[in-house]
Amino acid sequence: MNIYVLVKRTFDTEEKIVLDGGIIQEDGAEFIINPYDEYAIEEAIQIRDAQGGEVTVVTIGGEDVEKQLRTALAMGADKAVLINAEEDVEDLDQFSIAYILAEYLKDKKADLILGGNVAIDGGSGQVGPRVAELLGINYVTTITSLEIDGNIAKIVRDVEGDSEVIEATLPLLVTAQQGLNEPRYPSLPGIMKAKKKPLEELELDDLDIDEDDVEAKTETVEIFLPAQKEAGRVLQGELQDQVKELVQLLHSEAKVI
Amino acid sequence: MTKKVLVLGEVREGTLRNVSFEAIAAAKTIADGGEVIGVLIGDAVESLSAELIQYGADRIVTVEHPHLKQYTSDGFSQAFVAVTEAENPDAIVFGHTALGKDLSPKIASKLQSGLISDVTTIEGNGDDALFVRPIYSGKAFEKVKVKDDGIVFITVRPNNITPLEKDETRSGEVSSLSVDITNLRTVIKEVVRKAADGVDLSEAKVVVSGGRGVKSAEGFEPLQELAKLLGGAVGASRGACDADYCDYSLQIGQTGKVVTPDLYIACGISGAIQHLAGMSNSKIIVAINKDPEANIFKIADYGIVGDLFEVVPLLIEEFKNVVVQS
Repeated sequence: MNIYVLVKRTFDTEEKIVLDGGIIQEDGAEFIINPYDEYAIEEAIQIRDAQGGEVTVVTIGGEDVEKQLRTALAMGADKAVLINAEEDVEDLDQFSIAYILAEYLKDKKADLILGGNVAIDGGSGQVGPRVAELLGINYVTTITSLEIDGNIAKIVRDVEGDSEVIEATLPLLVTAQQGLNEPRYPSLPGIMKAKKKPLEELELDDLDIDEDDVEAKTETVEIFLPAQKEAGRVLQGELQDQVKELVQLLHSEAKVI
Repeated sequence: MTKKVLVLGEVREGTLRNVSFEAIAAAKTIADGGEVIGVLIGDAVESLSAELIQYGADRIVTVEHPHLKQYTSDGFSQAFVAVTEAENPDAIVFGHTALGKDLSPKIASKLQSGLISDVTTIEGNGDDALFVRPIYSGKAFEKVKVKDDGIVFITVRPNNITPLEKDETRSGEVSSLSVDITNLRTVIKEVVRKAADGVDLSEAKVVVSGGRGVKSAEGFEPLQELAKLLGGAVGASRGACDADYCDYSLQIGQTGKVVTPDLYIACGISGAIQHLAGMSNSKIIVAINKDPEANIFKIADYGIVGDLFEVVPLLIEEFKNVVVQS
């Protein structure tokens, strides 16, 4: 089984967002593998362990992403690929990212491609389905269970709390939802081995991609922080009275009931 | 310049979802006096046309086919792309729902267009429209525009854009487009409904949410009762999901769902930053927690320091009184 996992480096979920000159400050921030992509990596490793084959993790980013790729290798992925587009293009949107990934993947004969269903930073959830469409393969998003039997994937998909039981044939792209598995922590031997595993670095030229091909279709013109919510009122008095007051306030002041 | 905008009317269990009416309102803003066309896809959906028109669509195009009874990305994309080929729109609006999230990137890719997902506000209209969307699960927002006169394709987050007033006197043309739906690569064997009472977390006007303080799966029962009474849905913090008190599909936060109901009642939730990212843009937040120092009180509009197992039953009684009075 030839398996590829699309991963993204994101801010740690604990991080606060600080703006400086309208730009999100990254200095001193902790970075992680996007949590949904971790499910994808774990699932890929489990499928490879059960069925044989190879797991390659692929990302787009700058040199900083190496740390997250090494973590994926330490979890058990076999190879990593870093597509460094930073020197060639400034702004990439989901159209651009999907285009680059699809150009990389198009001759790889992947049986299965996995990714997270959404990244916790940009939050668009577009790249998986876009890549599948560009490659002309089928996709299933927000999966919570995956069993592969020969050429057939049996999948459970989360649809706003309901579960769809689906069958699809390989090659296939799936995106992981929470609950798919419990991602492992890298073991110490895993970390040691990861240092020696292959990590290939590519630029857009290596993929025969022109800057014009990946020009973003959308543009972010401003980033801002939401208005700070001020602490409201903590009610006082007997619990019974507090509850009465609360319902009154929700009714007459907040007007939500 | 006025624009021609397609809106996908999303059907669930035979009825249109609210988010589709919100999408029409968004489409009106983008159209800037141009035409808003509702698109209905399914096996028998024509009867829903009138309601979409009453909420502001100027006319309706339906695509009906036995293979469109259930949603599949292959089937629905063939149907929708056929409509775009027939209508040549300047803009497209979907709801940011499970269906919208699954389908819109495929269609954007087919149309080689950008896609601005999860829009919560539109500033300006027509050519000058800027689309506001949360990033980092609502810890920040970005304003995005479409470059170089490309197709404006957006999905709108449920509960954020106000639908237009329903006008039962409105009428418009309904036409059907015949599309051959072939080669569906996904077979849906079964749908297991877990969201028993049918109020979807992302669309709910009221969310009653529990954290570690709920202590057990049974502990969620009073929360469910309160949610049901208020016509809302139950949510949970990561702590409660990790402790197996409830299903991960209920999780609200940076991993999990992001919700913006009118009323969010946090019970036994301390207010970790990951959780706040998923709910702090709710209109009114009520916190119930034993710990007066809990972080959740810093963003709550109203707080009660107390044991949720005492407070929630009292709240249920009090809400019942108010409901009876009104």
